[in-house]
Amino acid sequence: MSAQAEAVAAKHCGACSSCNTSELARLGIKVGGWDYMVALAGNPNTGKSTIFNALTGLRQHVGNWSGKTVRRAEGAFNYNSKKFKLVDLPGTYSLLSTSVDEEVARDFVLFARPDVTVVVTDATQLERNLCLAMQVLEITDRAVIALNLVDEARRNGLVIDERALSRDLGVPVVPMAARRGEGISDLLRVIENVAAGAYPTRPRRIKYADAALESAVESLAAQLVAAFNNLPNARWVALRLLEGDASIVRAVRDGTLGAFKQPDGVVNLVQLEAR
Amino acid sequence: MAATPAQILETAARLRARIGDDLHDRLTEAIYTDAEEIANRAVSRNGQARGVHLDQFFDRVLTSRIWGFPAMVLMMMIVFWLTIAGANVPSAMLADLLQGSVYDALHGVAQTVNAPWWLKGFLIDGVYLATAWVVSVMLPPMAIFFPLFTLLEDLGYLPRVAFNLDRLFKRAGAHGKQALTMMMGYGCNAAGVVSTRIIDSPRERLIAIITNNFSICNGRWPTLILIGTIFIGATAPPALASFIAATSVVAVAVLGLVFTLLVSAVLSRTWLKGEASSFSLELPPYRPPQLWRTLYTSVIDRTLIVLKRAVIMAAPAGAVIWLISNIYLGGDSIAGHLVHLLNPVGVLLGLNGVILVAYLVAIPANEIVVPTILMLTLNVARSGLAQTGVMLELKDDMQVHQVLTELGGWTLLTGVNLMLFSLLHNPCSTTIMTIWQETRSLKWTTIATLLPVVLGIAVCLITATIARLMIGLI
Repeated sequence: MSAQAEAVAAKHCGACSSCNTSELARLGIKVGGWDYMVALAGNPNTGKSTIFNALTGLRQHVGNWSGKTVRRAEGAFNYNSKKFKLVDLPGTYSLLSTSVDEEVARDFVLFARPDVTVVVTDATQLERNLCLAMQVLEITDRAVIALNLVDEARRNGLVIDERALSRDLGVPVVPMAARRGEGISDLLRVIENVAAGAYPTRPRRIKYADAALESAVESLAAQLVAAFNNLPNARWVALRLLEGDASIVRAVRDGTLGAFKQPDGVVNLVQLEAR
Repeated sequence: MAATPAQILETAARLRARIGDDLHDRLTEAIYTDAEEIANRAVSRNGQARGVHLDQFFDRVLTSRIWGFPAMVLMMMIVFWLTIAGANVPSAMLADLLQGSVYDALHGVAQTVNAPWWLKGFLIDGVYLATAWVVSVMLPPMAIFFPLFTLLEDLGYLPRVAFNLDRLFKRAGAHGKQALTMMMGYGCNAAGVVSTRIIDSPRERLIAIITNNFSICNGRWPTLILIGTIFIGATAPPALASFIAATSVVAVAVLGLVFTLLVSAVLSRTWLKGEASSFSLELPPYRPPQLWRTLYTSVIDRTLIVLKRAVIMAAPAGAVIWLISNIYLGGDSIAGHLVHLLNPVGVLLGLNGVILVAYLVAIPANEIVVPTILMLTLNVARSGLAQTGVMLELKDDMQVHQVLTELGGWTLLTGVNLMLFSLLHNPCSTTIMTIWQETRSLKWTTIATLLPVVLGIAVCLITATIARLMIGLI
């Protein structure tokens, strides 16, 4: 596309009522000095990178298959004169950290404490996608569900009641068809509201009707808070310890718990030699 | 007083014993139950699902045990045939412009400003010419190949390929996701090596890292396409030339897959022993590609980025080549010495000294192999011809063929072996660095670097020996 054609497209895009993103200024990789940090989480191949590109103007590799994004990508945009840093996390089915990409995603949501975590979900596979969304809601209060691929769901004869979904999850739900640019402006508005605290979220937490478990979590969480003064979600960490999660046990042992470190993704050769 | 980490872990262990070992399963179940309830409340069906049946039909063909592989080969054939047949004309036009008109104009300018011969040579015959060759050799095939490949990717075909390959990888004792990292490698091996992070087991991840180099990358496709066109395609009648050339490129790609599987199988039975782990692979729905956006991003992003990298590498390489061709030690240039030194080994391998020197110069980037070979062939031959000073113009593929056969003494065997060596040689320096960063192991980085070269030497030696036995070929 020539510069001129691009300018014409940009002008019409801003003026069109279905896509009112005129307050959006894409900043590419200029991520310094942000007001809010936003993370994009979600199952593989739900359109995270597409949304990332639409908001930042960057061109992360997009393709119709899972497993393309394994490193987190960062970009930035301005919206309503606030600067947002956007982080595209690797797509994962869970946050249980069995592989490097899952660990990257989980550590970021837990320890880097984004102001908003957008969980991108595939509307055609809602049930499976909700599993990850609910794990994210266990960790963080400030989340937004981007209900992507609603056009495909419609084509498959699925109707999704996003209000009911939002009521059940306690966080805003934005229906989107990101590939066609639909819903981007709604997503921006909701992200801003949640980031600024204008939209109070009450995320659904899983209830454990089990007094023994509840007291165990409580006492362990109290110990964790006392030992690691920087811990964002002690209850969640306590649950992982009770499960025996190897990477959290390791983080407690070497005292790095709560300190967000950039995972280096190095092949664990120690484990290999030890076999 | 706050508890120490050891005390906390102890408390956790004690509590875990009290509440039972099945906590993880209980939590997972709670999440699944909740997710199911919420989804059931939110989703309702409205009429018939369209498109699903068509998807199933395509999947039955494209991932079928019988038709999966033929469909894959057919798809590759179409892509390369379109690339080769389509790139001919624009390639010739670009070469005409860059190596003809612009080159002459630059020399004209140098003449008028009375530039000294060494400056003129260094800048125009060195830096400029290498860059111009890279552009005219690489740009047209890339501008056709990348959009086609991206279209297949957008459609959702790549996971189907991975699905087909999964069986083979399992039999080789490797992880099925290795097929996905291979797909990444077809773009860039450094990216392919990073993408092995999707593999959980360190053993299988190392296998994927070591074998990623057998996926032909952006920098090597143009070499294969060009050599396939002028040496293999040209042996066929004109009507079939593009088809035969495409077949040869596909054959090398398939050979790369064979080596990936063989090496994986050998590694998983020797140094990296173990069972293949199972995983679930999601087959996304086929999505209609966004034609214009795909064209735009694959031309602007992939093509221009690869080209930029090639040009950045080609300019200094051109300078180096010009310098080593024009600095004389004794009776011969440095390039001449190097080429003559390596020539016996090269000829033994069915290659030649120039090719081996080119692969040394091209360690930073595979993209510049062909231009380096051309410049060295011209320079060395010229110094052999006692500095005739005649600059051959390489205005189309057939003139490249002429230079290589007449000045370089290439045969069909040289062409075939160059294609094989292009598949089987050390990774570029960026990939080597990436392997080091991902493994932090000198041992595995060295193995991943040297293994393909050793294989390449062995394979070239075998084909050269066979060719010599069947004398007619040489």
